[in-house]
Amino acid sequence: MRRETARRALFAAAVLLLPHAAHAHLVTTGLGPFYDGVSHFALTPEDLVPALALALLAGQHGARAGRLALFTLPAGWLLGGLLGLALPAVASAAALTTASFLVLGGLVAAEARLGTEKVAGLALLFGLLHGYFNGAAMALARLGALGLVGIVSTLFVVVALAAAAVVAIHAPWARIVVRVAGSWIVAIGLLLLGWTLRG
Amino acid sequence: MRARRAVLTAAAALWPALAWAHTEQGRAAGLLAGLRHPVSGLDHVLAMVAVGLWGAQLGPPAVWLLPVTFPMVMAFGGMFGLMGVRLPGVEVGVALSGILLGLAVLAEWRPPLKVAAVMVGVFAVFHGHAHGTELPAGASGLLYSMGFVAATGTLHGVGIGIGAIHRWGWGRVALRGAGGLVAAVAAVLLWRLVA
Repeated sequence: MRRETARRALFAAAVLLLPHAAHAHLVTTGLGPFYDGVSHFALTPEDLVPALALALLAGQHGARAGRLALFTLPAGWLLGGLLGLALPAVASAAALTTASFLVLGGLVAAEARLGTEKVAGLALLFGLLHGYFNGAAMALARLGALGLVGIVSTLFVVVALAAAAVVAIHAPWARIVVRVAGSWIVAIGLLLLGWTLRG
Repeated sequence: MRARRAVLTAAAALWPALAWAHTEQGRAAGLLAGLRHPVSGLDHVLAMVAVGLWGAQLGPPAVWLLPVTFPMVMAFGGMFGLMGVRLPGVEVGVALSGILLGLAVLAEWRPPLKVAAVMVGVFAVFHGHAHGTELPAGASGLLYSMGFVAATGTLHGVGIGIGAIHRWGWGRVALRGAGGLVAAVAAVLLWRLVA
């Protein structure tokens, strides 16, 4: 009887202590799904850095592009997220992360002149893709739509601040600092590609 | 008694992953390792700072072209290093880069922009490849890369910052002296490498 009790206690301890490690990257604040979403976005460079790169790109294209990206990126993210919540992830997000770093960082480093509409289109596209994988992760972590709202709200603030900061700068050296940031993002993307190909 | 010990052992073995899960300890360690790596070798530090010094000495547009292009070209070399593509004479190339960049600063050499960019680009590939092959297995790739690129870029920034003394007469002399010092130390490192 005692042996049976001990065996049950052992099993209960294993069940209680084991499960969370697999989801370590989805941060739980203890403040509810909304703040879990906020902290998840703020602590996930796979999402945060491409969002920042897009904000820098929009800022480089002026106030109108910045305003458009401010709404298209979160809107796409929310739409993609809802899709991800409903449907399971069909592929790994690693390729998307690398592509985002290379493409968005490259455009910022080159200070490419795309035009306002193309920047808004890029924001929508990357928002949809990143949002989809976020939504799928949220579904796994059972954070639900409220977690997604936390992510999108933080995204809105980040894009507003970063794009506005770039629009406001006029000193040539400061614009070069933005391009250097873009080149760093490309460099990280290239190294990430190397890590991925190494396996 | 044995069952109680087994429960305690199981608890002790399973506890840490849960306790550390929310701090992202492994990823933070990757970032710190990436930040540390470029500053852990004197040959790399000298060359990175020398790139900044030379850029400051050359003035615009080189002063901004070099920090924009160098990280990308270096990461290109790093990517090949990570993939296991072999590049002969990497360590010699790294040491030579310090000597030649130091000499360029010492001589206040002003080649055409394309020549300077190609020269720095070739050195960047060597440095990137050396770093790529030394990256530790199992670290968080993204966080490590972020730390690594940020540290390298900061070293350039330090070089450019020091190079700002170029605007004063005494500063120009001091800058050339710093170039000579970089070349001399890099020559010692090369000597130790081949001797």
